[in-house]
Amino acid sequence: MSAGVLFDAPGPATVARHRAYSVVAALALVAGVAFVLWRLQATGQLEYDKWEPFLTPRYIEAILVDGLLVTLQMAFSAVIGAVVFGVLFGVGKLSDHRWVRWPCWLVVEFFRAVPVIMLMIFCFYAVFGGMDELSRRTYWSVVLALTLYNGAVLAEVFRAGINAVPRGQAEAAYAIGMRKTQVMTIVLLPQAVKIMIPAIISQMVVALKDTSLGYAVAGLGLTRIAKPIYQQFGNHVPTIIVITAIYVVINLLLTLLATWIQRRFVGEKKVLDVPMVGQAQSDTRSTTL
Amino acid sequence: MNAVLDNFDLVLRAFGYTVFLFLVSAVISVALGTLLAAMRVGPVKVLRMFGTGYVTLVRNTPLVMIFLFFQLGAGKIFDALRFTWVDIHIGPFDFTSFFSAAVASLSLYTAAFVCEAIRAGVNAVPLGQAEAARAIGLPFSGVMSQVVLPQAFRASVPPIASTLIALLKNTSVAGVFGVIEAVGRMKGFTNDYADQRWGIFLAFAIGYVLLVEIISLVSTLIERRWKVA
Repeated sequence: MSAGVLFDAPGPATVARHRAYSVVAALALVAGVAFVLWRLQATGQLEYDKWEPFLTPRYIEAILVDGLLVTLQMAFSAVIGAVVFGVLFGVGKLSDHRWVRWPCWLVVEFFRAVPVIMLMIFCFYAVFGGMDELSRRTYWSVVLALTLYNGAVLAEVFRAGINAVPRGQAEAAYAIGMRKTQVMTIVLLPQAVKIMIPAIISQMVVALKDTSLGYAVAGLGLTRIAKPIYQQFGNHVPTIIVITAIYVVINLLLTLLATWIQRRFVGEKKVLDVPMVGQAQSDTRSTTL
Repeated sequence: MNAVLDNFDLVLRAFGYTVFLFLVSAVISVALGTLLAAMRVGPVKVLRMFGTGYVTLVRNTPLVMIFLFFQLGAGKIFDALRFTWVDIHIGPFDFTSFFSAAVASLSLYTAAFVCEAIRAGVNAVPLGQAEAARAIGLPFSGVMSQVVLPQAFRASVPPIASTLIALLKNTSVAGVFGVIEAVGRMKGFTNDYADQRWGIFLAFAIGYVLLVEIISLVSTLIERRWKVA
C-alpha cells in the first residue's frame, strides 16, 4: 500500500501521523473487545457449564452428524441440482429460437428475484405437502428451493462462461462443419466449465449458508441443532458462537478451494462477472475486481 | 387468488413492513458499509485488518445465525440490545423490538456486502487517473473530490444495487423472527387457505418481482445519469 489511487507514497511526517492513528485505533479496538469480554464475563456467558456441551462427545457427535453432515448433504444435493438446472436454462437462454430463449429468461429472472425463504415455504406446503415424514419433507423443500434459486444464478454463470469462450472457437467449429449441438457440447461447454468451476464452488458457499433458511419450515442441519442444545442448557450465546464458527470455517475452506482452483486451472484471470437481477445482458460491464 | 384479493389490505400492510425494513436497513447498511470501506482502503493498518476481519466473518455467516443472535443472544449480554426501548407507531405500522432486531441483523449483515461493493468501485478507478491528478498539482482534497471519488461512486452503483436487491430479498428472513412482513403474511395465508396455495404464492412473488424491478430501474437511471460521455 505504498501508493494507490487514494494515497500518494507517504513522506516521513505522514508516516508518523499514520502511526499515531494506528495507536489510537488499536487502543479503541482493544477497549471495545475488552468491553465485550467484560460484559460476557459479567453476564456469566464464559462459565464452564455453558460451554461444557461442546466438549461432551454425545453433543459433538450430534452437532457433526445431525448438524454439519445434514447441512453439507443439503447444500451438496442443491448444488448438483442447480448445476443441472443452470446448464439447461443457461444454454436455453443462448438458444437461437425465440420460443426457447424467452421462457428460459423468464424462469431464470423469476427465481432470482424471489426470496429463497418464500420458495422453501411454498415447496414445503404445496410441492411436498403430501409427504408424511416431516424431516424428509423439510429436507426436500430446502433442497428444491435452493436448487431453483442457485440454478437460476448458475444459469447466468453458465451463460457468462460460454460467452467468455473466445468467439473464434465457435466460428472454427462451424467452419469445419459441426452442427450447433456439436459446437455447444464438444467445443464451448468443455472450455466454459473450466472457467465456471470456481464460481460454482463459490455458489456452494451461498447454498450452504442458505440451508439455514430452512428454519422457516422446521429446518434441519446446523442451525436447527442449536435449538435443543440451548433449550436444555440455557447457553444461547455460546451455542450461537460455536455454530457460527463451524459455518465460517467450512465456508472459508470452500472459498480457499475455489481460489486454489481459480489459480491452478483458470489462471490469474478474474472471476466471472454475472449481471444482477433485472439488468439487461447487453450492459454487463466489469465493475467488480 | 380470493384469499389475496379479499385480504388485500393485509397484503399491502405486509409489503409495507417489507419496504420499511428495506429502507431503514438500506440507509444504515450503506452508512456502515461506507465506513467499513473507508477503513479497508484507508492508511491505518489496524483498521484495515479490522475491516477485513469483519467482512470475512460476516460474509461467511448465515443471516439466520445473525438473526438468532439478536433474538436470543445479544439481549443477554447488553440490555440495550433487547430493543424494548423501541416502541414507535406510525399509522397502521408498529415498530417494536422484533422490527429493531431485524433491522440490526439486516444492517450489520448487508454492511459487509456494501463495503465490498464500494471497495470494488474504488479499485475500478485506474491508478493513472490519480497520478495524472497529482501531476497537474491538485492537492489531496482535489484529487479525491474532483477525480477519484466521482468515478468510484459511479462504478459502485451497479454492485450496490445488487447488494440492495439481495437486502430486499433478505428482509423475508424477518418473517420467521416475528415481523409480519410479506413472507410472514404469506405463510399465514398458506396455512389458512390450503386450496389456494399456488395463487397466494404467485401473488406474493409478483410483489417481490415488482419491488426488485423498481430498485433495478432506479439504479439504471442513476447509472445512466452519472455516465460520462
